[in-house]
Amino acid sequence: MSMRGQPIVEHHGIASGTEMSTWATLKRGFVLSPELKKGIWVTVALAVLSTLGRVLVPFVVQRITDEGLLADGGPDLGSVAMYIGVALGGVVVTAFSAYFVNIRLFQASENGLATLRTKAFRHIHDLAMLTQNTERRGSLVSRVTSDVDTISTFVQFGGLMLLINVAQITLATVLMVVYSPLLGLVVWVCFVPLFVIIRKFQGIVGRAYTRVRERVGDMLGAVSEAVVGAQAIRAYGVEERTAQRIDAAVEAHRKAAIGAQARSVIAFTSGQLVSGMTTAVVLVVGTVLAARGSLTLGELLAFLFLVNLFTQPVQQATEILNEMQNAVAGWRRVIGIIDTEADVADPGDRGVTLPRGPITVQFNGVGFAYPGGDPVLHDIDLTIAPRSRVAIVGETGSGKSTLAKLLTRLMDPTTGTVQLDGVDLDSIRFSTLRSRVVLVPQEGFLFDGTLLDNVRFGRPEATEDDVRLTLTELGLDPWVATLPLGLATDVGQRGESLSAGERQLVALARAYLADPDLLVLDEATSAVDPSTEVRLQRALDSLTRGRTSIAIAHRLSTAQAADEVIVVDAGRIVERGHHTDLVRLGGVYAGLHDSWVAQQTTV
Amino acid sequence: MSTATPSTLREGWSVIGRGIRGQPRWFGLAVVGSVVYGIMTSLTAAAIGFVVDRAVTPAIAARSVTAGQLWFIGGVMSAVVLTTILGVIGRRLAGGVAMFNLGAMYRRQVTRQYLRLPLSWHHKHPSGQLLSNANADVEATWNIFGPLPMALGVVVMLVFGVLQMLIVDPWLAVVGLTVFPMLFVANIAFQRAMSPRVTRAQQLRADVSEVAHESFEAALIVKSLGREDHEAERFRAVTHELRDANIEVGRTRGRFDPAIEAIPTIGTLAVLFVGTLRVRSGLLSPAEVVQIAYLFSILAFPVRALGWVLAELPRAVVGWKRISAVLDAEGSMAYGPRRLPTGTASHLQAESLSYAYEIETEQGDADLNPAVVDVSLDIAPGSTVALVGPTGSGKSTLTNLMMRLVDPDTGAVLVDGIDLRQVRQGGVSEVAALVAQQTFMFDDSVRGNITLGLDHDDDAVWRSLDVAQGAGFVGDLRDGLDTHVGERGASLSGGQRQRIALARAVIREPQLLILDDATSAVDPSVEQAILSRLREASTGTTVLVVAYRMATILLADEVVYLEEGRVIDHGSHEQLLSRCVGYERLVTAYARESAERDAIAADEEVSR
Ligand SMILES: Nc1ncnc2c1ncn2[C@@H]1O[C@H](COP(=O)(O)OP(=O)(O)OP(=O)(O)O)[C@@H](O)[C@H]1O
Ligand SMILES: Nc1ncnc2c1ncn2[C@@H]1O[C@H](COP(=O)(O)OP(=O)(O)OP(=O)(O)O)[C@@H](O)[C@H]1O
Ligand SMILES: [Mg+2]
Ligand SMILES: [Mg+2]
Repeated sequence: MSMRGQPIVEHHGIASGTEMSTWATLKRGFVLSPELKKGIWVTVALAVLSTLGRVLVPFVVQRITDEGLLADGGPDLGSVAMYIGVALGGVVVTAFSAYFVNIRLFQASENGLATLRTKAFRHIHDLAMLTQNTERRGSLVSRVTSDVDTISTFVQFGGLMLLINVAQITLATVLMVVYSPLLGLVVWVCFVPLFVIIRKFQGIVGRAYTRVRERVGDMLGAVSEAVVGAQAIRAYGVEERTAQRIDAAVEAHRKAAIGAQARSVIAFTSGQLVSGMTTAVVLVVGTVLAARGSLTLGELLAFLFLVNLFTQPVQQATEILNEMQNAVAGWRRVIGIIDTEADVADPGDRGVTLPRGPITVQFNGVGFAYPGGDPVLHDIDLTIAPRSRVAIVGETGSGKSTLAKLLTRLMDPTTGTVQLDGVDLDSIRFSTLRSRVVLVPQEGFLFDGTLLDNVRFGRPEATEDDVRLTLTELGLDPWVATLPLGLATDVGQRGESLSAGERQLVALARAYLADPDLLVLDEATSAVDPSTEVRLQRALDSLTRGRTSIAIAHRLSTAQAADEVIVVDAGRIVERGHHTDLVRLGGVYAGLHDSWVAQQTTV
Repeated sequence: MSTATPSTLREGWSVIGRGIRGQPRWFGLAVVGSVVYGIMTSLTAAAIGFVVDRAVTPAIAARSVTAGQLWFIGGVMSAVVLTTILGVIGRRLAGGVAMFNLGAMYRRQVTRQYLRLPLSWHHKHPSGQLLSNANADVEATWNIFGPLPMALGVVVMLVFGVLQMLIVDPWLAVVGLTVFPMLFVANIAFQRAMSPRVTRAQQLRADVSEVAHESFEAALIVKSLGREDHEAERFRAVTHELRDANIEVGRTRGRFDPAIEAIPTIGTLAVLFVGTLRVRSGLLSPAEVVQIAYLFSILAFPVRALGWVLAELPRAVVGWKRISAVLDAEGSMAYGPRRLPTGTASHLQAESLSYAYEIETEQGDADLNPAVVDVSLDIAPGSTVALVGPTGSGKSTLTNLMMRLVDPDTGAVLVDGIDLRQVRQGGVSEVAALVAQQTFMFDDSVRGNITLGLDHDDDAVWRSLDVAQGAGFVGDLRDGLDTHVGERGASLSGGQRQRIALARAVIREPQLLILDDATSAVDPSVEQAILSRLREASTGTTVLVVAYRMATILLADEVVYLEEGRVIDHGSHEQLLSRCVGYERLVTAYARESAERDAIAADEEVSR
């Protein structure tokens, strides 16, 4: 399910699996959570045992009254005691088997669902960046949280009950046919319309629940915006407007939920209606039969009891089928994610492993268009020599970040190829690609944790000393010393307990510690103060000797220090060369540089 | 969080009471439906007996059946069935509406609270947890309204049945009724065992949501550093904890469920046994014993329905505790009644402002990290002041104080002589606009992101885009102003986002404009243009601009230099350049660097 060619900011961009049939969903669900099937037959056997125990009790009670209490010649205490003993035995057996059934079901379902959650989570990270962007983060969260939660009630109770119900229905049918084939037929004729209705309603109820799941995703998306955008909302005093946006999502969810409830109530009550009406019809037909003498009153009443034995599980089954549709709706969304193809995929074992060492980068006729958009890069031919330090400059929106993302294979080009050391990027194994080529993206992100943990995120095996060494090499230890707890300082969620510039310092240290052979910096120091930046620049200059480094920057001080400057304009490379040469050339770069110089010099 | 049981029951009832008060009508309707259902269910057997008596038996006796008899049978049975179904529909539909209305109601309240609480509160609460509060916890609280109407409806049946038993034989009834204290004790034990486990499960649910939310927000970093496995491991760990907690909940439930289910049966058997003894001593007729046993078996079902409610209770209480922690959160800002004067540029003053962030030491103690220390500023109406300082010196904190996004620990911010704390809610953003260092884009169209719901026509939007130098690229977008920018503006480049954020401020024609390094991702040429256009366009604006670029600084009438939260010096650029070493080093860093490089390049050229 490629995202290419679809509008980019459509919500529910990633499949909800609506096109998947219930049966197919269940089958796929069981394949994805093999734990659900493990030992299922033992559980079924135990469940049958506990059901038998439950049936035994009313039966015994009936015997007690018949043979004990109402025995000829007064109540027979002996047989009453005996039957009570049997019933107690039944109670104990039921209780124990029910206990084991519960435990087994909980274990199987929770294990199965945990597997499903982790698979979906992992796959979301495997999806291409652009595919991830088609859905809001809050909605993605719902796919591994509440969508999975919806499945649990069904797999914990419903699935098994459904099996038992089917068994009971079969048993009741056999008994009815044995008792009176004609009345048995009457019952089934009455129920045929119900089965048709149920089938039809399965689809309707299923779609309604799918809508509910989607609305939950929307709602979480809206709430997430209010929480993550807390500062912007307050700065512009748009609390009211944001509240309205959330309210709209909450309301849409409420409506969808009530709509689904109404549909499932209809489905359920039609089961009750048919059951009740069947009893009426059996009574009517039975009366006619009895009046003709082909049935006794006793047989008719006994048959009514059988009808009850038949209708009860059918009613319960309709209920469970509704519950199942709810579960299937959640399941579909999770499966929808898992079955969405990861466009920009790891070639895995088929891939090439690059040896370590400075990297040559090559773009051959690369063009790129974002899904549903116009091309933003055209026909890029570019070779970056190993060990060189290259700066990419250009106007806002000219395609610099796009170039960086193609280079690090966050996206694949629409046309042409990108090569590292002469190997096509898409045939390099991720394990080498990601460790050898590291991008510090324009939108940095830190994890809620200590500074230490954040710096070594890219290389978890690094020791505290390694981290200290890195920070020293980058000249950042005076800064760390100013932090209240040094390396143990908590950076807060998204790094919000640090200043914007400090966050960039951490992101840079993190990338540097990962020790790549090709370092791509996309505006990595845009918020850092000039003297720190210059110091950092110098440190990087000497540290990145021997590797290839590419830096995108608006501050031309970076370009000045580079071996080569590449000027991007409107998706094309328009100039390249050394800073001094380009200034002399008097082209686009010279223009940019003039204004930069004008900004730096005192009047 | 106390988990003692009697309090769980009490708290449970108070949650239920709150819910009922929230949705009295729908809930009432559901209970009525449930009562109708309960009565009709117990009447079904009687109805069958009735038609058998009146129509079936006579027909069989007469060996012929009349159409009238058949209509009678069909009619009575249909009436019973239809009434039952009406009851079911009422109970389920109205119950569902009540439940979902409550959910929506509390989701609104919780999210209102998110919007009301100060930024400092948000810093302490991970987004994923808040997401879980608004979703899973609200759901956990009100789910109990699913089985509740049913349970309350059948209480009527229960009372009905107990009365009948008492009339038949009080002694036997008492024997039977001992099951109620047994059930009660079992339930107390159940609640006591469940509460801590459910609390843990619900907390872990939120933890799972937190890890997922953070990890998905970090998706790009995870990818670019190839840390997918590591993240999956982190998620697996917390998911497995949740799994184990849920299994614990299931185990507890599995232990109590069969016991609670068995108690009414044991009661029935006890009634039968004692009944038999009493029949033998001639105190009771067998028929009466049978009747009571029958009543008992009928009552077993409502007792189970009550059991479902009680089983849901701990979850509801835990959910409620978690959402009321949000609803009762203190520390929201107090607002005054005053408005800021409009029509002229604002006079901005800071009087010995200090602000320290609350942090936690490694031992988990609270500590303070001072970010702004004793800062006093006086910015004349219509002037432009540049705020300069090294990374982490407190510039953003100061701008947040100026917009009253946070309140100072000591000191005050005055706009036109009015302390911001006396200004009514929303009053500050009426006259002032902040373009933050980190642009935040709403998942909306370009237009929506600029107007933010204010009533501006497209001309005004284009004009503001023009000032922010964004008209060009917006014009090139497929749907122009209607283009959706995606979540957090994902479909725009960094500089494009900043320009939209600038336009957002410009369109409001603020009297006080605060730019916090708002042009870092904008090309130098563009930045200069934006600033000069802002100057032309803004006749009556006081501007506070956080900047490093010389050109920006040169536009300012005054420069304030900050270091470690303190104002080190202020004055004109030239003054600071000559007397403030830190400032001089900061703003000339590029020029010095450039000069050095030029010199080296020249050397190389000479030696070539
Ligand atoms: N996810 C996306 N979907 C659609 N269009 C996009 C997306 N990301 C970027 N674009 C568009 O592609 C063009 C190039 O964007 P890119 O981010 O590469 O610019 P840039 O040169 O890095 O700009 P800046 O200096 O502002 O960061 C822009 O016009 C932008 O609107
Ligand atoms: N939420 C927070 N909790 C704790 N400390 C914080 C928090 N936010 C900022 N700080 C600290 O307060 C100090 C000032 O931060 P601030 O964001 O105001 O700096 P700044 O001058 O804007 O820096 P920059 O130039 O990098 O944007 C920094 O040392 C930072 O680590
Ligand atoms: Mg960019
Ligand atoms: Mg800042």
